[in-house]
Amino acid sequence: MNPSAGQPIEQLLYARLLDWSTRLGLVVLVVSFAAYMLGLATPHVPLQQLVEVWSHPVGRYLELTHSPSGWGWLALVHRGDIAGLVGIAILAGCSLACLLALVPLYLRRGDKAFAALCLAEVAVVVVAASGWLSGGH
Amino acid sequence: MRLQRAVLLAAGGLLVASVAHAADGASGDVHWWVWPLGLFVVCFLMGIVAVPAGIGGGTLFVPIVGSFFPFHLDFVRGAGLLVALASALAAGPTLLRGGLGSLRLALPLAVLASASSIGGAMIGLAMPAHLVQTLLGGVVLGIVALMLLSKKSEFPVVARPDALSQALALHGVFIDGATGRTVHWQVHRTAPGLVTFLGIGVLAGMFGIGAGWANVPALNLLMGAPVKVAAGTSGLVLSLVDSSAAWVYINRGAVLPIIAVPSVVGMMLGARIGARLLDVLKGSVIRHMVIAVLFFAGARALLKGTGIWP
Repeated sequence: MNPSAGQPIEQLLYARLLDWSTRLGLVVLVVSFAAYMLGLATPHVPLQQLVEVWSHPVGRYLELTHSPSGWGWLALVHRGDIAGLVGIAILAGCSLACLLALVPLYLRRGDKAFAALCLAEVAVVVVAASGWLSGGH
Repeated sequence: MRLQRAVLLAAGGLLVASVAHAADGASGDVHWWVWPLGLFVVCFLMGIVAVPAGIGGGTLFVPIVGSFFPFHLDFVRGAGLLVALASALAAGPTLLRGGLGSLRLALPLAVLASASSIGGAMIGLAMPAHLVQTLLGGVVLGIVALMLLSKKSEFPVVARPDALSQALALHGVFIDGATGRTVHWQVHRTAPGLVTFLGIGVLAGMFGIGAGWANVPALNLLMGAPVKVAAGTSGLVLSLVDSSAAWVYINRGAVLPIIAVPSVVGMMLGARIGARLLDVLKGSVIRHMVIAVLFFAGARALLKGTGIWP
């Protein structure tokens, strides 16, 4: 018997989207890290300096290395170490697309409560990602 | 069987030895590449034992790496959240397709826990490291107690779902792989469950640990979900909660790819082996081994935080 049988259609759609977006995130993560380790892109913080500063609290680390906070890393994405954040951002954000894809399905079925829950979860992740609350800007 | 048990015990021993080596070298002149390589090996071993022990890798990661590696706890917690997130995301599709993870049950809990995890992450990043380390030690020792004392109920009896559970249609069906039986389930005590997940979110964000150790008992013993549904749904909740908390750490600059990437990859590779060993190994042996490692790591975090064993 197919174990997927009897599972709600929205659950199967969510599974499919999550599967692909997670794979994408992991591939980007590994490829960018390999490029960093192989020295294909110059890092923002040289590896020798990194050893001396990674024992400091994050605030002090940012000061010593002149690293950005918030979304400032996007301007330095061509740097070997910073490029690794692209895969990390995909992994941390991939649930958003999956949740948004469910909203029309729930609405079509008249399940407004779960459409609202999807949007609420998206809003929470977007607020966290925006840096408004964490002072990232 | 004996060989597989020996392999696993060797892996556990190697884990402890690697950690001890990392502790010895933490202050010495060590080449930079030793640390990501050491992280990969330690996380690979953690991944192997985490699955049969029934806990998330993130629960092992933060206390062990935070106590025995030279990185500041801010970066360790950022990486710990990513380890827990990546593991939960990778397992999510299979759990959803098999009905062991219920999106319907996970969503209401995840919304509250995600929101509170942002608060937890902000509190954790604002607190001095020694205080976070001390509290982490206390929480990890609490997890050890929970693992020793808590009982699981495979198919809890839920005579009647509560009004909120009925309104949200929090029920489902899955085929139990062990028996081939189709299991219908429903939950109760939804309101206390929601409040519990608010607290769990704070802990997950503050300490950067995946909160499967708390999710599963809350879903199983409090809300009455079958233990397999509780474990599967816990992974889904984690994938959403850790996303929110991870963004706070990313925004603060507390995610260093050189720490996070070897950890994520090592843990995921180890977990694949751990999942294969799940059927053939005696869970109780692994569980006791992990409890011992967690006890050691929790005590170390507590002593490091209080300055007794810096």
